[in-house]
Amino acid sequence: MSSQPQREMNSESLEPRPRTPMSDAEARNWLQRTWDDGKGFTSWFQQVHHTVIGRRYIITAFCFFLLGGLLAALMRIQLSHPENHFLSPDFYNQVFTMHGSTMMFLFAVPVMEAFGIYMIPLMMGTRNIAFPRLNAYSWYLYVCGGIMLYVAFVLNTGPDVGWFAYPPLSGPDFSPGKRADFWAQMITFTEVAALAVAVEIITTIFKLRAVGMSLNRIPLFGWAMLIHSFMVIFAMPAVALDSSMLLMDRLISTHFFNPAEGGDALLYQHVFWFFGHPEVYIIFVPAMGIVSEIIATFSRRPVFGYPALVLALVANGFVGFGLWVHHMFATGLPMMGYSFFTAASLMIAIPSAVQIFCWIATLWTGRINWKTPLIFVIGFFAIFVLGGLTGVMLASVPLDTQVHDTYFVVAHFHYVLIGGALFPLFGGIYYWFPKITGRMLSEKLGLWHFWLFFIGFNLTFFPMHILGLKGMPRRVYTYLPQNGWGTMNFIATVGALFMTAGVLFWLYNIWTSYRRGPLAGDNPWGASSLEWATNSPPPIYNFDELPTVNSRTPLWTATAENPVIRGLRIDDREVLITRVLDAEPDHINSFPKPSPWPFWSAMATTALFVGSIFNGYALYIGAIPLAFTLTMWFWPKKHEIALEEAEGVRR
Amino acid sequence: MIRLFAFWAGTFNDHSVTEAMGRQAAVIAHEWWFFFAVCTTVFIITMLFLARALMKRRTVEDVPLATGPAVLDPRRERTLTIAVSSAMGVTVVTLFVLLFVSISTGASIRHFNSKNAVTIQVMGHQWWWHVIYQNTAASETLQTANEIHIPVGKPVVILTSSNDVIHSFWVPNITGKRDLIPGYSTALWIQADKPGRFRGQCAEFCGHQHAHMAFYIVAQEQNDFDAWERAQINPAVTPAPGSLQEKGMQKFMAGPCVMCHTIRGTDAGGAVGPDLTHVASRSTIAAGTLDFNHENLLKWVRNSQDIKPGNKMPAMQITDDDLNAIVAYLESLK
Repeated sequence: MSSQPQREMNSESLEPRPRTPMSDAEARNWLQRTWDDGKGFTSWFQQVHHTVIGRRYIITAFCFFLLGGLLAALMRIQLSHPENHFLSPDFYNQVFTMHGSTMMFLFAVPVMEAFGIYMIPLMMGTRNIAFPRLNAYSWYLYVCGGIMLYVAFVLNTGPDVGWFAYPPLSGPDFSPGKRADFWAQMITFTEVAALAVAVEIITTIFKLRAVGMSLNRIPLFGWAMLIHSFMVIFAMPAVALDSSMLLMDRLISTHFFNPAEGGDALLYQHVFWFFGHPEVYIIFVPAMGIVSEIIATFSRRPVFGYPALVLALVANGFVGFGLWVHHMFATGLPMMGYSFFTAASLMIAIPSAVQIFCWIATLWTGRINWKTPLIFVIGFFAIFVLGGLTGVMLASVPLDTQVHDTYFVVAHFHYVLIGGALFPLFGGIYYWFPKITGRMLSEKLGLWHFWLFFIGFNLTFFPMHILGLKGMPRRVYTYLPQNGWGTMNFIATVGALFMTAGVLFWLYNIWTSYRRGPLAGDNPWGASSLEWATNSPPPIYNFDELPTVNSRTPLWTATAENPVIRGLRIDDREVLITRVLDAEPDHINSFPKPSPWPFWSAMATTALFVGSIFNGYALYIGAIPLAFTLTMWFWPKKHEIALEEAEGVRR
Repeated sequence: MIRLFAFWAGTFNDHSVTEAMGRQAAVIAHEWWFFFAVCTTVFIITMLFLARALMKRRTVEDVPLATGPAVLDPRRERTLTIAVSSAMGVTVVTLFVLLFVSISTGASIRHFNSKNAVTIQVMGHQWWWHVIYQNTAASETLQTANEIHIPVGKPVVILTSSNDVIHSFWVPNITGKRDLIPGYSTALWIQADKPGRFRGQCAEFCGHQHAHMAFYIVAQEQNDFDAWERAQINPAVTPAPGSLQEKGMQKFMAGPCVMCHTIRGTDAGGAVGPDLTHVASRSTIAAGTLDFNHENLLKWVRNSQDIKPGNKMPAMQITDDDLNAIVAYLESLK
């Protein structure tokens, strides 16, 4: 494993570099020095490494998860018995809107991207994510959007029009004040952040893969994040457009959605759900990637039907865009269109079924390693299959007109999203925690977490199916005693208590294991993908030497003679760019160093976004500091110019 | 099955998808039980396969991780391919069956017999239902609120529209939802097969009091319905001179009430709140929230904000005497 710089450097302005062969330790020191983002207060705002930003993303997303969960608990207390006065209708409406918006925009999508940011460069065998400064920028923006929303909420200006914010209720006539504006602008924040991350992940997967990792060898989590990112790019602009049109209706008196002036309230719904349905798959597809990784590792064999699974994910990505009208079956659109969307909604069951069957086949022929990540995946199966089947029911127009906007739908999408995304995510945490922190989570506490959460989940959400059939509509802050919904709601509230306990066990597990858990070592589960080929936690340069790949399960087929990539400078942030299809080496690129400007750009963007809630002119004035910070961000540094010249000579 | 469900619920539920009392709801309830049976079967089979896949004698406990992953046996992989493909085949066929059932159910709901249909206009307001029985003769057109009377066994056309935000018209025992979207008017038809009172509730989030925006459909035999309709067309009764009711009427006409409510046959012609011409013939007040009775009326008129916070009727600054008089007057409006 001796590593040495293979090339002479050409620029005299650079630091002196070693000319003699160096030891492994020396080489690692060099790499450490080159890739180190620095420590201390000011450095914190300049850091750009994907593990650093990824960790921040994961922690932030889970903070929002806990906040969203707290709001859910408030709702369950309010609904535990009829005509309860625990929350006022006004506050309840804010709470359920904040819960939905938090979970969808501030937790579910960002947390999937967070794992992508952390894991994808490691899985692809490279040293950083593509566009690292953009990555840092996206995190600041995401945090600022979330903080803005919660500050508004604490000041009693939380949005109260639902996470979907249908006009005219969210329009200027029926929602005076700034509540709906904060919601709409939070969308802009998170969408810009999500789009940035999507671009980074696509580029990382397409161009920064380890040599030998041709398209048909990308780990399934990589495929899932790739499809997730493409879906983000096609879906998110729709909602950003929609919320911006709403903002304009509210702020500068356009009439996009005002029927009295020739606008169309239904237009909003079409554009919203054109994003809103793919959103579900944006959340769910990465979770499928996590499930595939865990199943392969814990049944000790490659996943059965890799091509089928990849195609199923791709199919999810495409068909997911053809279902949006099934959120609008009650609006009275023409029947011909409805039939098309029924067929499409049933069709999406096919790729999901392919995945389920392939995973069962994998488990069937594998040797089971009964560990917490796998147990969460088993929980995922039970819950997600049930949620998928109620989804099949909702695809039917007549059935949907009965259960649409009732607690049946609440039950359905919590089965799909908690079952389909949160359970795999929890599994993923138990799976990757050792990689991220270097320590194992406790299996025993993990089981407590699983069983409390699993039982609590079913107690909470299963009765909601029955409530929906018994006619309980969604988004009601209370109900009458004679409706007969009291018992089921009480059971649901008790279930929520169990779920809370489960989450507390999980937090306790993380707290103690982070400090005192057993050391993990590089590859505690005997897994096959590249993130396990380096230390836990990974060094700041990820890999001592860039790995190469000779199969879909590189660590299982690696031999002692497995080649590694040499020839990258260790005194500069060089990464190897490979070709999209076959991952053959293409050229070398020098990655950016830490910079404070992504932070300042994000602050300028925040000022612009928040300002434009109150005054349209903020767009013009706010553009000035933004332009300045962006210019500074991209201003070439002397050092970089020198390197580029050197690069030119080398070619 | 339906009876089993009714057993869970205890008694007949006037607000339930599975206890159909109208033609549309009955067709949908059949479809529901079919889907329920198919999906339950699929769920059980999938879980059995999963359980079988997990039950093994050889787990990693016996074989340490260090021995490396399993070596794939090509013959077994081929068997798996066949198994997964056949399972997919079954899935696709099942989905086609469900698609067929869904579309044919949809078609039978829409099958529309417009002969002798009663036409009723329903308009959503924050947070009550405005009901208009159109008639070619203007004097025969009647308005009411939060209670829709229909004749049994006869098709009824509901014309929907909204006055402010999006609401959704839904009576689970009779039929599925239809959104009331400002700027759009749609028509749906319903038919009750048995007499009875069936609860409906707004199903699209519409603001503060979305939770308290219910109504009732009262399905009556044709004779009863005709009698009801004739009574409703009449203007309001005039209270006897010198009575408490008359005092109440004066207070009503002189107070803020008149700004928002209509009582046909009097000067009250407001269109913001429900028509009160025959309010005492209705069984509930505040959009299905409270039973129509003396105590509830007192509470409601004095301060409706206690009962439905955020609703559009302000708290009244009136003396107890005036309140009693107004309530007595309202109770006389049969």
